[in-house]
Amino acid sequence: MNLLEVHELTKNFGGLAAVKDLTFQIASGEIVGMIGPNGAGKTTAFNLITGIYPPDRGGVRLEERPLVGLKPHQIAVLGIARTFQTIRLFQNMTVMENVMSGQHCRTHQGVLGALLRTPKQRREEETICEEAERCLRLADLWLVRDELAKNLSYGAQRKLEIARALATKPKLLMLDEPAGGLNEKESAELMDLIKQIRQSGVTILLIEHDMSVVMNVSDRIVVLDNGEKIAEGTPREVQTNQRVIEAYLGREEDDF
Amino acid sequence: MQEFLQQVVNGLTVGSVYSLVALGYTMVYGILRLINFAHGEMFMVGSYLALSTVSVLGMGQVASGSLGGILLVFLISMTAVAGLGVLVERVAYRPLRRASRLAPIVSALGASIFLQNAIMLIYGTRFKVFPEKLIPQISWEVGGVKITLMRVVILVVSLLLMAALYTLVQKTQLGAAIRACALDHDTARLMGIDVDRIVSLVFIIGPALGAAAGVMVGMFYYQINFVIGWTYGIRAFTAAILGGIGNIPGAMLGGLILGVLETLGAGYISPGWKDAISFFLLILILIVRPTGILGERVAEKV
Repeated sequence: MNLLEVHELTKNFGGLAAVKDLTFQIASGEIVGMIGPNGAGKTTAFNLITGIYPPDRGGVRLEERPLVGLKPHQIAVLGIARTFQTIRLFQNMTVMENVMSGQHCRTHQGVLGALLRTPKQRREEETICEEAERCLRLADLWLVRDELAKNLSYGAQRKLEIARALATKPKLLMLDEPAGGLNEKESAELMDLIKQIRQSGVTILLIEHDMSVVMNVSDRIVVLDNGEKIAEGTPREVQTNQRVIEAYLGREEDDF
Repeated sequence: MQEFLQQVVNGLTVGSVYSLVALGYTMVYGILRLINFAHGEMFMVGSYLALSTVSVLGMGQVASGSLGGILLVFLISMTAVAGLGVLVERVAYRPLRRASRLAPIVSALGASIFLQNAIMLIYGTRFKVFPEKLIPQISWEVGGVKITLMRVVILVVSLLLMAALYTLVQKTQLGAAIRACALDHDTARLMGIDVDRIVSLVFIIGPALGAAAGVMVGMFYYQINFVIGWTYGIRAFTAAILGGIGNIPGAMLGGLILGVLETLGAGYISPGWKDAISFFLLILILIVRPTGILGERVAEKV
């Protein structure tokens, strides 16, 4: 069954088509890569799916449920979480607190409940802590849980963004250039992490410029250029696709 | 020395009231970057509601109010003012969330004037008086320092409320969500946090604390007037700036420091200088350390 269906999604910014008639599906349990040259509309597509901008036309469905018109927090509650191209952690909060903020939408804590520690409250708090621990251990951040986010290394901050997104218990995790700025060792760890997340039952859509990462982890790849989908297929199919090569390297001039 | 200690005790009592009110300013600023000029009125309305509850229940007429009765006064006043806070946010601030920063400030001043006038029309312009017997006139002498029961009540209630707020914000998952919203609305939304609900929550907590302060000031000084929202509000605002606006422990500390300095100034210089001291302090901080005692140094933007 398809988890996410994107149908003829279109967004113009002042006459410039940032995304045009974008259609693709993601099946449950898949890892789908989204690639394309700079300015191809990848991040705009992410922003449309997560409800940051309303699309001009077209639709997005998560498990058959239309998302267009919903607010970002409602979409997050329905099961889509994301990370950002430029890190957007809550810098002055600890690693643990960042993850806890992600869990907010799955809990029902009120002011009095939080303060009075009723038995029901304590049970919920236990699950909160267990779940936070699971996310942090998965991202290998459990040992630095009391550090402020801003004191982490760049690579660890990237992983924390993923852990925080996982804490919202998403069905679909959308990663915007997770390997951006990472060294080779960190990229390798990231690929492991992505595969582990899939094994835990989360479907993944990722934007990535690092071809070794995207070709290694993706089951399927969607290629965008100038806001349009120009190709879709397995990593091997995409690598040999003429239009993709042209989009990246430019069209070969005819010999005179 | 005894006189000095006496002044410090008196200053801490007044200061803890400033702290409670300052928390409302600082929390709203933290989450919306807005100075809620109507917040002083929350304090004032809280005080008037307490007065009405006391007279409807006939408390303090013949004997002092029972503990349950006093708690009821607090509860009614805090709940009603929390509702008022949410209403003010909906009507005066939410529609202007995306407007320029000046618009909500003007709207806040409007809300403040509206509430002041509403209370003036309902209760009249004269001072209103709480029954003197409401709180038993008990006092103790500790090392030559006289401490009345009402001062103890003010200190204990304020500190308990502040401790509860601190625990909520710093130690709970809900607190993490509140701080996440204060740091970055958009990211918080994408993490599934309903920012509007958190803003409403802040407009419940802040006014409720302000109302509690208003109830206690009424019981302590006996007399209230429709302008006390301004007089206490501006001092609490000074306290919030002093501690570092947006910073919750800062507001608590700022209130206590301001209360003590003001009382010492009134005692050793002259009571007439009380206001001059507070506002001199405000100007001094704004010049020397605009981020306040606990506020973070914000990198200067070019």
